[in-house]
This record gives sequence, structure tokens and C-alpha cells, in this order.
Amino acid sequence: MVDDATHEVPEESRPDAQSVGVVETKFWTPELPPEGFELACGESLPSITLAYETYGELGPERDNAVLILHALSGDAHVAGVHSPSDRKAGWWDIMVGPGKPYDTNKYFIICSNILGGCKGSTGPSSINPETGEPYGLDFPMVTIGDMVRAQRMLMDHLGIERLLAVTGGSMGGMQALEWAVRFPDRVASVHAIATAARLSAQAIAFDEVGRQAIMADPNWCAGDYYGKETPEGGLAVARMIGHITYLSPEQMRAKFGRRLQDRDSFTYDFKTDFQVESYLKYQGNSFVQRFDANSYLYISKAMDYYDLAAGHHSLVEALAGIKARFLAVSFTSDWLFPTRQSKEIVKALQANGVPTTFLEITSSYGHDAFLLPDEEFADTVSAFLADVQERVRREEALVR
Amino acid sequence: MKEAPRAGGRRRPDYALIEALVPPGAKVLDLGCGDGELLDNLIQAKGCEGQGIEIKEQLVAETIRRGVPVYHGDMLEGMTHYRDDSFDVVILSQTLQQTTDPLAVIEEMLRVGRRAIISFPNFGHWRIRLQLLLEGRMPRSELLSYPWFNTPNVHLCTITDFRGLCAAQSLRIVEEIFLTPSFHQIGSFLANWRAGLAIFQVERKEVGE
Repeated sequence: MVDDATHEVPEESRPDAQSVGVVETKFWTPELPPEGFELACGESLPSITLAYETYGELGPERDNAVLILHALSGDAHVAGVHSPSDRKAGWWDIMVGPGKPYDTNKYFIICSNILGGCKGSTGPSSINPETGEPYGLDFPMVTIGDMVRAQRMLMDHLGIERLLAVTGGSMGGMQALEWAVRFPDRVASVHAIATAARLSAQAIAFDEVGRQAIMADPNWCAGDYYGKETPEGGLAVARMIGHITYLSPEQMRAKFGRRLQDRDSFTYDFKTDFQVESYLKYQGNSFVQRFDANSYLYISKAMDYYDLAAGHHSLVEALAGIKARFLAVSFTSDWLFPTRQSKEIVKALQANGVPTTFLEITSSYGHDAFLLPDEEFADTVSAFLADVQERVRREEALVR
Repeated sequence: MKEAPRAGGRRRPDYALIEALVPPGAKVLDLGCGDGELLDNLIQAKGCEGQGIEIKEQLVAETIRRGVPVYHGDMLEGMTHYRDDSFDVVILSQTLQQTTDPLAVIEEMLRVGRRAIISFPNFGHWRIRLQLLLEGRMPRSELLSYPWFNTPNVHLCTITDFRGLCAAQSLRIVEEIFLTPSFHQIGSFLANWRAGLAIFQVERKEVGE
């Protein structure tokens, strides 16, 4: 998300000295009851597979597990590299590793690819066992709640009764909130970063334009494009729109201004003139190499549908059963998930008497800020998590 | 006269006295909690449950580093969503004079909390009175060090003013503590002339009282 206009791998996404090193993605296919994995939409999946990675060691008390939840385009590969020759580390390598805020020397870190994704977990590009062909649009709609229920099964499989923290930014934060509400006894703390209890109309609008771009691509063929030409053009445009929403206006001005890309004068045709155009095209084109267009449709829709207060009279009521300690962080220049939306969550928690910490970090990086190095953010997460661990250990000592 | 205990250069002189007023295990809200030192002490030493509100980002980050829950924002906005009587004690240490609406702050403190502990610099101290009388200038002191054109202190008051507010708002004064400008504790005799800093503990009068 953060590559610059020169198209080189930016420093923050290269593996560094404090890296977890070479890691591998694992796959787990749970035994399901005859009715399969039932989904909120009423349909069910006959089988599911989850791709996941883990770093660090689960302690003897099994009380040091931290579940990281990824955003729209993320995957299970949070940190480290898949091979020593990899130039690019996992998507949150700046935050996860030995001595980093999510310290792999202290915590057992887990991240799984979401249900509906295209990075190893079951999604629309997976084979439908009933037809032997990829699902395409036959894949049932999955919700944030469905993703979280699948993750809970994985935690059971890994023998983790209670998570020290569930953490995520953007749509990852939505999953973290959902965890705390759905399984209050299994979560000691929530780190809800640059997130919201529900998307704004503006955010839904941008998602819809992205989906329309994909569906308008003649190669999309109502989702039935596997093994043929893929709707690359449409997916690239969807990603370009996404990137506009991840950057702040001031950051765009600073990063690109009206500067031209590799030229001194205008082309006077519709080729690339401006650096900002070049950046967006690069982002769009590199995204289509690694992402499935149908997954983009399903996941963005799951975000749009998400409403933590749905089925309750209010957000306050929805959060009534929370037992976790809360950390909410927003960034000043994030207009996609603005501070106002973090405060909405925090205030509903306050109304329920939940101990809550809220910090609005000054940053010019827009929504992308949570993926970029920021000392204050790193220190905040690190201190908050250490405090929660201390409290959990004290509780355990009392029980014994 | 006994000196109020002070530990470390940054420690506010009223902290130890405020701490002494907070019962063990109390649920405490500290408005303008700074770097969280007071709450941290109350949590560590008295087993209190603490929550802070602070508007300065860097101080919020320091409070978090202490493991103290804190809300980053304006104190009135930060109190709105708490239910009535959410806290046993709500603290406002040397910040009342910087609020834009002190009355609203006090009312809200005593809605979300049963008791309020409020400390403020006393503008009635004799030296402050003399500065205005003899020099004809806006007074300045150790506790009120800002020049008139650049001060966050927009609602200064005297001890007599504060007592008057309590009477007008039907608030019961549970405790009054006075300190000289060099932080020696003194009695209430001529306190409005002698005290540089006052600490009040107040609560609502019940209906019919």
C-alpha cells in the first residue's frame, strides 16, 4: 500500500534486522458437521480451509497469544519473509517481530487469511466441491461475523482459550470489535486501530465505485473468469480508487504535487503525465498480480454490510457485554476512518464503564498511517499490551 | 505548618494531598490528567480503578506508557457519555481556571462522580492583590506565570469566589485544604489572603437538604 512513486520497495516493507526471519504459511481444514460452515446469509460452505501464520512461542499458560486481523487486501503473511531472497517482508513487519510492539519474544502471534480471501483461505476463487470448478459468484456472501467465527475455530484448534489481544486496523479493527462482542470471554484486550463500528456513506460509495469498475470489465463475465482472461483493468481501477482514499490530501500534495513523471512537458495525449497518475497505475497493476477480483467484491461488500450495532437498539447496547480492555487509535489525517468514528466506539464503551484508552495520533499519512512507522503508535501499542499482560498474569496468580 | 510531600521535580504539590482524600479502591476519573502520574499512584498505592482525560497528545502517550487508561480529547466531551455516578471521585487538579466553562465542568463532574476534588490557584492571595493595587499590572506568580496576553488561565477565581459558587450551586464542601505559594499547608484563618493554592472536596446536596 505504501510503495512510492519511484516504484521501489519502500524501506518500511523490507525485512530488517529485527525480523522474525523466514516463516511459512500453514493451512488448516477443520472437520465440519454435516450442515457445513453456516453463514449469516443463510447459506453454508461444505468445507473451509484457513491459511495462517504463527510467530513466537505459545507460553505454558497459553496466555500470551495475540491474534492479528488483516484489512481488505492483507493476508496471513504479517511479518518476516517466505524465503531468504524475498525483498519484501510481511505487511506489518514494522510492528511484528523480536523487540517490536507485537514482540515475538514475548507473544505468540497468529494471523489468518480471512474467509472470502484469495491468499489460501476459502474464497470465491476456491474450488466448489459440488462442481469441481472455482466458485465464482456461486460463493455465498460472507460477513465480518463469519470471518470471526472461522478464526475462533482456528483458535480452538491451536488450543487458545483466551487471547491476550485481538488487533487490527481498518477492516481488521472491525474484526477485532466483532471478536470482543461475539466472544467476550475469549478476549483480554482489543486494539481497534483506524477503524469504525460501521462504514460511512462516503466509504461505501468508494467501495461501490471499485466494484462497478470490476463488474464493468468485459473479462469479468459475471465472476466466471477463472482459467481465462481476468478482469485486470477493472481490478486495477478499483485499487487506484482505494489508494486515493488511503492517502490524505496533504500527503498527496507533499508526495506528488503536480510534478511530472520522467518528463519535462506534457504529452498532450492520454499517456502518463503526472507522478500521481504513475503511482496509481503502478499500485493498480501490481495489485492485480496478487489479488482476485471476486475476492475484492466479496470482501468490500462484507465491510459495507458491517454494523456492530445491527440487531441492537444502539452501539452502547451492542457493547454491553464487553469484558476486554480497549485501546482505540485514530490518525488525524485519516478521512476514510476518521477520528469521529473511533470516538463513537470509545464513547459507547465509556457508557458501559469499560476501561478504555483512546489516542488520536497526529499524522499526515491518512488511512495508510497505521501501516507506516510511527514511534508514538509503536510505543502506545507496546505499553498497552505489556500492561494487559501484567494484569492477566496477576488475575491468573489470584485464581491459583 | 507541615510541608506537603513532594517527590521528583515534576510532581505537582497538590498531588499528595489529593491522593490522601481518595479512598482506597475508589473509581477515579482525573480530568486533565497530564502524564498520568496521579492516577498511576492511586492505582499502585491504593488499588484504585483509574481513568484519565487529557487533551495534549504527548501527555496522553505518556499516560498510556504508564498503563493508565486515558481518553484523548476535551474534558467536557470526554465526560458526556459516562452514566451518572460512574465514578466515586472526579479530580480536577489546577485546571479549573483553564476551562472555558467551569460551571459546566463542575456540574458534569458531579453527575458522573459522587465527589469532586478541585484544586486551583487562589487569585485572592495578598501578593496578587498588591501587584494589581500598587503596580497596576495583571498579577503574576509562581503558580500563575503567564503574561496576560498569552495565558491559558481564562477563569481565575479566589477562594471566596469558589465558596460562593458552591453555595449558589447547592454543593456541599466536604473538605478544604490550603497551601501557601511555597506549598506549606495552612489552616483556614484568612485563607483567601494567605493561600496560593486551594483544594476543595465537594459533593451534591441531596434533594431536600
